[in-house]
Amino acid sequence: MKPEAKNETQEMHRVEMTIGTILRWGVIVAAAIMIVGLLFYLVDGSLGVASNYHVQNFHQLLQGLIAGKPYAIMMVGIFALILTPVLRVVVSIYSFYREHDRLYVIITSLVLLILLTSFVLGIEFQL
Amino acid sequence: MLNSILLMLAVGVLVGILGAILGIGGGMIITPVLTLGMGLDIKYAIGASLIAVIATSSGATIAYLRDNVLNLRVAMFLEIATSVGAIVGALLTGILNPVFLYLLFGLLLFFSGANMVKKLWGKNSDQITHQDDKLAQDLRLNGSYYDKNLHKEIDYGVTNVPTGFGIMFGAGVASGLLGIGSGAFKVIAMDTFMKMPLKPSSSTSNLMMGVTAAASATIYFFNGSILPQIAVPMALGIIVGAALGSRIMQIMPTRLMRIIFIPILLYLGLQMILKGFGVSI
Repeated sequence: MKPEAKNETQEMHRVEMTIGTILRWGVIVAAAIMIVGLLFYLVDGSLGVASNYHVQNFHQLLQGLIAGKPYAIMMVGIFALILTPVLRVVVSIYSFYREHDRLYVIITSLVLLILLTSFVLGIEFQL
Repeated sequence: MLNSILLMLAVGVLVGILGAILGIGGGMIITPVLTLGMGLDIKYAIGASLIAVIATSSGATIAYLRDNVLNLRVAMFLEIATSVGAIVGALLTGILNPVFLYLLFGLLLFFSGANMVKKLWGKNSDQITHQDDKLAQDLRLNGSYYDKNLHKEIDYGVTNVPTGFGIMFGAGVASGLLGIGSGAFKVIAMDTFMKMPLKPSSSTSNLMMGVTAAASATIYFFNGSILPQIAVPMALGIIVGAALGSRIMQIMPTRLMRIIFIPILLYLGLQMILKGFGVSI
């Protein structure tokens, strides 16, 4: 193997390891928030909100979080979990960029764009 | 309260293991547990299924990425079809009659189940495709993975790219319109139509599932169909289960994976066809 090719393989391996670490931390953070929320729920014995209540926007979610409501903490954990696939797409774009794979930088960016469109549709228009 | 949390944790571990091995979301297990077992409204079961899909996907993908089983190019290329399909499906809700779709997808599941039975009994079962597919080469979709059961690196080719892309679009429409995790269709598109080996098909489906589900998750998040007291313990169980499942799958014989997968496909197919005729099981 030529020294250049060897360097490139090592470089790609490093990039993949970094991506793996970032993704693992994303899942760990989401799980940690969910565990904290679950413990609050167990200690309090209730969700801290009316039984028919559900969060309708980020503002309400933040208020509930500041008030330390078990419902809000658990929902933030779930939202963090929902973001992990998005994180995966973002780091994939970076990994294709490091591999000088322009075609897949474009393809993966397109996936991210579609994903963001769906987020806007879901949040703004309650599709 | 504690009982319900422990139950959801246990269900989660089971769903995570099975989902990670087969590349499916596990809604078919969660929905009956919640509706029949706990008497919850179907609306909450759909919300929980969606979170289950994302948890399975993220829990399993971490292991698959590290071990290089999944095909990131195939995943991202096909994800264009599924995510656009998911948005189209959501927009078509209330316009399109779902009966036709249920029947169509039910038949597709039966067809794939039969195809898998054929592969199971065929002499050259799970033969690897090496034909030169121009489009697959241009898109650099061909890949390789290390099979921990056979103890060797397996190179494989990908074929029938447009058909696979079309099925993926349909899978996306189905998940947006019918509120189902379409992991089974994703595995079918890769395994049956694009002739990828089952292990990369399943782990690639796992990665894609999370992305497709995330595309419709914010809708469910703010419309009240996610109950955190159910979804949180379930998701935590799934993350653990999926991490286990993704390790088990790699050392499993492909044949055994098919033996587990076939009855699930036939059950899902039957469920969809009956739903098309207005019967729920």
